[in-house]
Amino acid sequence: MTDQKSTIAFVRTHMLEQLPPPRGEVGPAKWIKENLFSGWFNTILTLLSVFVIYSALSSIIPWMFGGVWNASSLAECREILDGAHAACWAVINERWQQIFYGTFFPSSEYWRTHVAFVLLLVAIAPVLFETVPRKLLFVTVVYPFLMVWLIWGGSLWGPIGVAAGFIVAYYAGKIASGYTGSGLSALIAVVAALVWWFLIGPLVVGGLNSVAPLFPLREIQSRELGGFVISMIIGVSGIALSLPIGIVLALGRKSDLPLVKMMCVGFIEFFRGVPLITLLFTASLLLNYFLPPSVTFDLTVRVIVMVTIFSSAYMAEVIRGGLAALPKGQYEAADALGLDYWQAQRLIIMPQALKISIPGIVNTFIGLFKDTTLVFFIGIFDMLAAAQSIRANSEWNGITWELYIFIGLIFWVCCFSMSRYSQWLEQKLRTDHR
Amino acid sequence: MTTMIDPPKADGFRISQLLYDTRYRAITIQVIAVIAFVMIAVFLLVNVNRNLASLGKEIDFGFLSNPSNYDIQQVLVDYSSQSSNLRAAYVGLLNTLFVAFLGCILATLIGVTAGVLRLSKNWLVAKIMTVYVETFRNIPVVIWIIATMAVLSEALPQPRAFRGENPDASMWLWDSVAVTGRGTYIPRPEWGAGSVFVVITFLLSLVAIWAFGRWSKRRFEATGQILPNVWIKLAIFAVPTLLVFFILGRPIALVSPALKGFNFQGGIQLSNSFLALWLALSVYTGSFIAEIVRSGILAISKGQSEAAFALGMRPSRTMNLVILPQALRVIIPPLISQFLNLTKNSSLALAVGYQDLRATLGGTTMNNTGRELECMLLMMMIYLVVSLLISSGMNVYNKSMKLKER
Repeated sequence: MTDQKSTIAFVRTHMLEQLPPPRGEVGPAKWIKENLFSGWFNTILTLLSVFVIYSALSSIIPWMFGGVWNASSLAECREILDGAHAACWAVINERWQQIFYGTFFPSSEYWRTHVAFVLLLVAIAPVLFETVPRKLLFVTVVYPFLMVWLIWGGSLWGPIGVAAGFIVAYYAGKIASGYTGSGLSALIAVVAALVWWFLIGPLVVGGLNSVAPLFPLREIQSRELGGFVISMIIGVSGIALSLPIGIVLALGRKSDLPLVKMMCVGFIEFFRGVPLITLLFTASLLLNYFLPPSVTFDLTVRVIVMVTIFSSAYMAEVIRGGLAALPKGQYEAADALGLDYWQAQRLIIMPQALKISIPGIVNTFIGLFKDTTLVFFIGIFDMLAAAQSIRANSEWNGITWELYIFIGLIFWVCCFSMSRYSQWLEQKLRTDHR
Repeated sequence: MTTMIDPPKADGFRISQLLYDTRYRAITIQVIAVIAFVMIAVFLLVNVNRNLASLGKEIDFGFLSNPSNYDIQQVLVDYSSQSSNLRAAYVGLLNTLFVAFLGCILATLIGVTAGVLRLSKNWLVAKIMTVYVETFRNIPVVIWIIATMAVLSEALPQPRAFRGENPDASMWLWDSVAVTGRGTYIPRPEWGAGSVFVVITFLLSLVAIWAFGRWSKRRFEATGQILPNVWIKLAIFAVPTLLVFFILGRPIALVSPALKGFNFQGGIQLSNSFLALWLALSVYTGSFIAEIVRSGILAISKGQSEAAFALGMRPSRTMNLVILPQALRVIIPPLISQFLNLTKNSSLALAVGYQDLRATLGGTTMNNTGRELECMLLMMMIYLVVSLLISSGMNVYNKSMKLKER
């Protein structure tokens, strides 16, 4: 062995120059080969896709970008286009207010919806992102009352009166808990709030309003609301309300109490079993049958209630899935720590169950927001109704695509950003090993 | 709450135990819940009674047997305006189920294709499918239905465009299908003598396919040998029926639609409202199904396919024998719930005027008779029963597919 080694030098004594990799194995060439032309089948697919994309874009792009933006009617649009096949975006330019605010919303009050929208963004920012200062949560808490005041107008005393009910309940509960247990003090808090809302509050608010109305805004009736504004109102209220109701229903369905469980199952299965449109018709046609003759609800409120109930049934199922996916050891650990039911839910179970069900929850939110289009069928003046009335107008009679593309785009932006946010959140909260 | 440290002393029952003792608290809560529920129910019923009384109405389903006095465009069973309201509701229900059934089939085809292609190694195809899914998922289905209707009725040629020596439009598939702005006309089968035997043969061959599937699966599990199942099943599907068809001298003929007067005659007319609803629902639901299929396939860990490759299985076999059986378990439950959604969304027929259950029972009948309460209740119950049937079917399937752990 040693002899050989000394005689035959098979180890190089100097370093070789590094060669570049073969041309087909690097950079775009490799990528194209691997991703587009890796076999005869893939090649056919690629060629087919290129053809599909080309034929779609070659008709869509000239139509979209060759469109007319300034005209006062479809006839004028066609005159300008002079036979060319292109969009008439002028209808959006002329009528965007109608699509955003509805037909009947007074244009002098548009600023209120803008303020409400900006405040909405401020209010949900601390909920969505941890890095936003926690102090902004104050805006989140007062936002519902501000929103009602901004949209429906009137004096600010009304919303303040309603908010005061919660404060009354809080202090009543706090004082009562000094004397009795938690169950009874919660009951006292609820009773105090009800007394305030139905007996004392209206008198106080009425008195204050007659003496000095606070920041009175012009009152706007629900039927004057419309367009994107009404979709937002219904969507945001439905989303905000359906999650807590859904959690309660899911817990009820998982509960050990047979009667509570039965009621929750019945509720969930009924509302998941019927189409939303029938519920909306019930809200608009039948609700008067179920209420005392003197009581009437605003149609918008009825719709919000129905949409909320409908999606909270779906929400309950989504959260139940999250609860079921949680290992039993988590419940047992909570018991072992001596936590009571609500503590265990709040500190151990719900944070994990909700995390698991984020995709489902956001999908339900997206579904709810898309379902707000159905209010069109019961005579609420949303974006689809605006589109219909624009199409019925003699100036724009015959226009279709531009309007629906515009409305679709608005929905797409909202829903797509929601789904992207949920993916980001899921990624952020993921704690398992990667 | 679930823990109890001290056993309570046996010095009798105190009222406060109802609230603080876990043994009694459950009962207290349930009693309160039931009382609240009963109170709400009584409140609603009393109101209904009082409101109906003040209107001079009472709950009465007698209107269902009265003549409906309106026509329905698409009828799958015998119906005329002299038929009863109940019959009209039945026709509407059949129309709902018809569009829902066809929609489920088309949506599954579209969804599975798009879901598999979205996982394709071909970058371009995967991106196109992503665009499809994200576009359709994030825009309300009502908009799709209305837009499809607009395309069908405005962009397609009118029947008169088919007229003349050199027409602007021509029929598809060897002059058998006419796609017009007034609806699509497809050939109508004409049943001649002996066609019964063809149909019976066809049904028998379906049974044979099912039996063959069971037999070949048993054989596979016993011996490990795989037959070319797809080809054999295709052969059983087509060959006997075609044989009988030709032996009996082609008893079933197809009558193609032909332009007569102002419109096409002779075929089956598929109205634009039906087509718009069907296509829009299928393409919309297809985008959801695509995501379900994709996530189902991705849910199978990579180790499974690697193990199959290590055993020397070909990619197609790996898919059929290893990935798909496991992925189906993940895919089926959400898939069925999409079918349920599609069925419920078919009530959006309202947007295009397709006469489904909502349009007959919850629409024209309700408006004609003024019986909102009865009509809405009945309609909700029917939808509820349909949904519960579908979801109980799903539960049965889920149980049979569940991992059997011994």
